[in-house]
Amino acid sequence: MRGWPLIKLLPQKTNFHFVKYSRAAGVVSIILCVASIVACFVPGLNMGIDFRGGASMEVSKPAGQEVQLDRVREAVNGLNLGDVQVQGIARRDTNVDDGSTAILRFQVPEGRDQTQVVQQVEGAISKAVGQVNYSGVSVVGSKVSGELFTSGLLALGVAIGLMFLYIWFRFEPQFGFGAVVGLLHDVILTFGLIVLFKLEFSLNMVAAVLTVIGYSMNDTVVVFDRLRENLRKYKTMPLRDVIDLSLNETLSRTIITGVTAVMVLAALAIFGGEALFGFSVALMFGIIIGTYSSIYVGAPIILLWGVKRGGGASDDAKPVKLGMASRP
Amino acid sequence: MIQLSRWKVILVVASAIIGCLLAYPNLLSPAQRAALPGWLPKNALNLGLDLQGGSYLLLEVDVPKMREKRVTNLIEDVRVTLNGAGIATNGFQREAGGVVVTLANPAQSDAAFKALQQLGGAAGPGAQVERTATRLGDNRIRFAYTDAALNSMGATAVDQSIEVVRRRIDSLGTREPSITRQGADRIVVQAPGESDPSKLEEVIGQTAQLTFQMVDVENSVNDALAGRVPPDSELLQGEDGTPYLVKKRVLVSGENLTRAGVGSDQNGRPAIDFRFDGAGARRFGEATAANLQKPFAIILDGKVISAPTIQSAITTGSGQITGNFSIQEASTLVNLLNGGALPAPLNVEERRTVTAELGADAVAAGALSTAVGFAIIVVFMILAYGFLFGGVSVVGLVLNGVLIVAAMSLTQATLTLPGIAGLILTFAVAVDANVLIYERMRDEARSGRSVIASMDAGFNKAMGTIIDANLTTLVAAGIMFVFGEGPVRGFAWTLTIGVFTSVFSSVLVAQVLLGYWLKTAKPKKLPIAE
Repeated sequence: MRGWPLIKLLPQKTNFHFVKYSRAAGVVSIILCVASIVACFVPGLNMGIDFRGGASMEVSKPAGQEVQLDRVREAVNGLNLGDVQVQGIARRDTNVDDGSTAILRFQVPEGRDQTQVVQQVEGAISKAVGQVNYSGVSVVGSKVSGELFTSGLLALGVAIGLMFLYIWFRFEPQFGFGAVVGLLHDVILTFGLIVLFKLEFSLNMVAAVLTVIGYSMNDTVVVFDRLRENLRKYKTMPLRDVIDLSLNETLSRTIITGVTAVMVLAALAIFGGEALFGFSVALMFGIIIGTYSSIYVGAPIILLWGVKRGGGASDDAKPVKLGMASRP
Repeated sequence: MIQLSRWKVILVVASAIIGCLLAYPNLLSPAQRAALPGWLPKNALNLGLDLQGGSYLLLEVDVPKMREKRVTNLIEDVRVTLNGAGIATNGFQREAGGVVVTLANPAQSDAAFKALQQLGGAAGPGAQVERTATRLGDNRIRFAYTDAALNSMGATAVDQSIEVVRRRIDSLGTREPSITRQGADRIVVQAPGESDPSKLEEVIGQTAQLTFQMVDVENSVNDALAGRVPPDSELLQGEDGTPYLVKKRVLVSGENLTRAGVGSDQNGRPAIDFRFDGAGARRFGEATAANLQKPFAIILDGKVISAPTIQSAITTGSGQITGNFSIQEASTLVNLLNGGALPAPLNVEERRTVTAELGADAVAAGALSTAVGFAIIVVFMILAYGFLFGGVSVVGLVLNGVLIVAAMSLTQATLTLPGIAGLILTFAVAVDANVLIYERMRDEARSGRSVIASMDAGFNKAMGTIIDANLTTLVAAGIMFVFGEGPVRGFAWTLTIGVFTSVFSSVLVAQVLLGYWLKTAKPKKLPIAE
């Protein structure tokens, strides 16, 4: 079993002073969070038809033939449907954008029959660019889209609430608080990225954000577990050093798992096609943010808050020097 | 813990065998699956509509509109009843569930009340009284549906609608449609393989409400067009746009049809032959006898199809509808009539269609990214932990994949496109358990423990973290399942199955394989700890 040099992403023992930089990181995080929240309103999320109502249609011609986007746009605009978006996308079978496939999104005006409007649009397109294939058509009524939006937001809220309860139950209140602040941080920044990259906010995106929540918690739990263990082990070590120690001890796991997940999601974004692109990009960034936040948001919050440490002056743990370069 | 215990080996081997058996049908074609002997599992993965192509329709039963229509009919019943009893009225005031009649002469109040009571009680022996009359002062009487009747109207309308929709879709020959109720007044139709929802909507969207009503010959159509529509009549259009003024009262409706078929009229053009049931035949006979030489209108979904003049009383209960039908229109109409009318209009609230080709492309893209993702993890784990420890986690990963496919096939949970993404992510999170264990082992070995002690401690100490970490994923998946819709649910389900199989395979497989290695190789040094 010898002879294979294991790659090392990090030296065996790291000794980063994470806590030292947490103030600066906190300022950056707060600025980014505020910017993300503002961005969610101005310019705002790019709501998909799941939440806004309306129709989306995928039109395609055989490979090599062009669907003239401007003609499609012009034809559909003539139907007075309000905001019409036409966008060329990669072909589903070859994953290459050769101009033969486009996605079209439009609103169904209040009081007009969905089915009829879709038929009119199909008619207008055929007239403008000739025979095309309608490979995927979705129409969501305004009533349903409103309900989907509410239940989506509700799901996010409940998820964060339950995570807080779980951590509170498994750890201590201040751990729960740290975890939830970290979680909110991740969710807000993920939303910020969704706005920044103009990704479509759809039902799938809610699933992505929920997964980010799950992953971020996963990461936080690993760090907190070690923190709790070390708090018991080194009863007299200053809290900030225990935090640094725990972060350093879990760092190689944090990075290995994070890198694996990000690489796999990158594969999904590249090969998964249009339908999964936004989803995987959001997840990828969510996971990077989640990794960052379990180091720079969750743990420093605990430091701000302080932890009640049982036992008082203990005799079994030797006082350890600050910096912790040498541990047994 | 690291000691090789017999039950762990048995558990891992047994789950591998069962997993392979359950996952195996996915490698076969449908025909080969059908040919498998009976005791073998036959189910392959249940692909969602986004992967196999198909149509999804969310329909809402328009209950308020149906109630409105029923009340209109009730008002006409009251009008005709009072007219027939020679009671003069001063006005009809529509209410939510009925009508308040103001009598012209308070002296007739008793007679009017009696007549209306009779109208309300005439539902038939054993039937619930649905409509009741109440006196409001000397000259006012309310005649209305009871609250119970109004409520059950909505519930039965949804049930009936589901039945009717099922019959109609069956007549299209769609493969395995699923028609389910959602919430109080919604119906979800999922038709795999049906990529032309307009065909579906055409048959579902028509209420196919067939009524026979008299044409109002006492008033002129032109007056009505100018806005002076008499209170007991309504203005309708024919197929070609010709306006008709017809009486609101329904003589006979499609509910009384027993059978419809495609026939032909005297000129050989397609027509629709129909037959009424007993009650319908009697009512139609009486009406035609009383209205000889007058025209009546045959109305389908608010459109006058034809307005023939009654030549003689039709007592046989059968008749023919002629109009400008093509043979296709006639047979569609016959199917609709035979399938029964929808009690209320259905509004399409949401529809999603994916063609089979698009579904197949999605499956291909999903499969490719799964393969690439899997390869990345394999390479990375071997690079990070060597052939032995990395290889062990790869074996766990393979078993994990087999078990997920097996569990999804067994439970017939729907695999959606986001579900495939969930699957890929599950692989990444599955190796996290191995990473946690191995990193712990490294820590322990570096602090000077023996190989066995550090491996033992690695498993023991990492277990709590692994459980905590996976429980959080389970919570997130549970929320998606409760609050999510369609594809998101599929994602949640894949994630849930993945959590269980990944903990099982990455922890147990590692214990068994590394236990075996410890026993046979008796190593002095932990290879992953330099």
